[in-house]
Amino acid sequence: MADTILEVEHLKKVFTANKKSFTAVDDVSFKLERGECLGIVGESGSGKSTIAKMITHLLDVTEGKITLLGKDITHVKGKELRDTYKEIQMVFQMPMESFDPRRTLGDGIGESLRNQGISRTETRKKVEELLALCGLPAEYADRYPHQVSGGQCQRAAIARALAVDPALLICDEATSALDVTVQKQILELLIDLKKKRKLSFLLICHDLALVQAFCEHVLVLYHGKVVEMGTPDEIINYPKTDYTKVLVDSVL
Amino acid sequence: MSDIKRITVRRQKIRKNYIKTKLIFLVVLAAVLLAVAVFAKYLCPYDPYAQDLLQAQKPPGPAHILGTDRYGRDMLSRVIMGSTTSIFATLVLVAVVTVTGTIIGIICGWSGGKVDTVLMRISDLFLAFPSLVFALAVAGVLGGGVQNAIIALAAIGWPKFARLARGLTLAQKDSPYLMAARLSGSSTPRLLVKHILPNIAGPILVTAVLDIGTMMMELAGLSFLGLGVKPPMAEWGSMISDGRVMLQTAPWMVLAPGGAIFVTVMIFNLLGDTVRDYMDPKERSGR
Repeated sequence: MADTILEVEHLKKVFTANKKSFTAVDDVSFKLERGECLGIVGESGSGKSTIAKMITHLLDVTEGKITLLGKDITHVKGKELRDTYKEIQMVFQMPMESFDPRRTLGDGIGESLRNQGISRTETRKKVEELLALCGLPAEYADRYPHQVSGGQCQRAAIARALAVDPALLICDEATSALDVTVQKQILELLIDLKKKRKLSFLLICHDLALVQAFCEHVLVLYHGKVVEMGTPDEIINYPKTDYTKVLVDSVL
Repeated sequence: MSDIKRITVRRQKIRKNYIKTKLIFLVVLAAVLLAVAVFAKYLCPYDPYAQDLLQAQKPPGPAHILGTDRYGRDMLSRVIMGSTTSIFATLVLVAVVTVTGTIIGIICGWSGGKVDTVLMRISDLFLAFPSLVFALAVAGVLGGGVQNAIIALAAIGWPKFARLARGLTLAQKDSPYLMAARLSGSSTPRLLVKHILPNIAGPILVTAVLDIGTMMMELAGLSFLGLGVKPPMAEWGSMISDGRVMLQTAPWMVLAPGGAIFVTVMIFNLLGDTVRDYMDPKERSGR
């Protein structure tokens, strides 16, 4: 039953600026099965978002290999890369900034469909379905990002990510810009989607409680290196490294 | 506390309405100018090229409202006829400069690296020349004529827009909405046209409108120096040049085209300022 959605092997990212190099991600490997959720935790600057950006090709990979559904996607380009985006989607940290300020939410959600050559009326229908799925009324398709709240905007962003029916959804701190009650609602929506759609998740987060509620596996990242890996309960109850202890203590 | 707030809100509203009224008024004035330029042929009371030496150098009067020049040509007709050349040449020039500058700027800002460096150093090169001198040199090499004057001024005008567009593109380039659009499977040309361009168009448009006045003066300047349009074609700059020697005896020959330039430049500059005020997000409360 277990089929691998995403496999990352020895991923490495080195940034070079002014002849100084900085290793943001160092030798990170993990596997993600269908319907499973992997949490990546770590402090700011530990390389969490860099991993997400490498998987989505928003950043180049320095070393290592990324395999999606059995296909090596480490260096795909152009049309092949666009095909990859039918399987991977991402929800960003800043919901408002992740929509073009001059276009409606509906335009943003339907963009991937329009890019696939689906007609305007068909897209509109699909957009309304997606909005309903994410708990927003259909008329939100005609609103601009600055006319809705952060939580509503994030719901729309999730709707946009689901438009292409991806196998993997990466949430890059998707709830951290929202206030606590809204965070909970968004989390409930994600849990609901996970059950309904058999989606795989990569949840990038610095909140261990959230990870515990949502993920099967956790990966603790510190200075770009994986310091610990296991189930959330294992890590929270029996942290092996000092850093993980600090992380757990800081939450409790 | 709430009183103060109410007063501020009311003031903002009054200011917003004021800007809107001003904008409409100036757009109407600009439209009138364009209409004059388009229908110049039908608006001239006399043939602007017909010489009548008996009527030469007549001061403004009932027959010739703006007087006549040294060949007895009606100044009003020539000013009206000249608007076609002056205004259209300016608009073409501004359009050429804005479009090329913006395209180059977007390419530079987007691709970065060597392309950016090379194109920006070229633009530095053009910016390093004193503009009118450079235009003179280009016009001198290519010869006179409206077309060559436009080419000359376009050569020095584009870097300004390229730099503006480049800066604006750089500011947009790393925004999350572009990442999201890319994840939606948008190709690079699509990103540039559908997302970048609409988001940077505002400031570029304002700069372009503000530039209309400057460009008109520079074109008139080239014509004044004899490198723009050729006589007997009516154009404001060359008309001033024609009348220059008789400034003391027949000042209307300079004042009529000079006044036309003054009024037109003023209208377009005010229009540019008002468009800028109107587009300023601080002056706007939601769509």
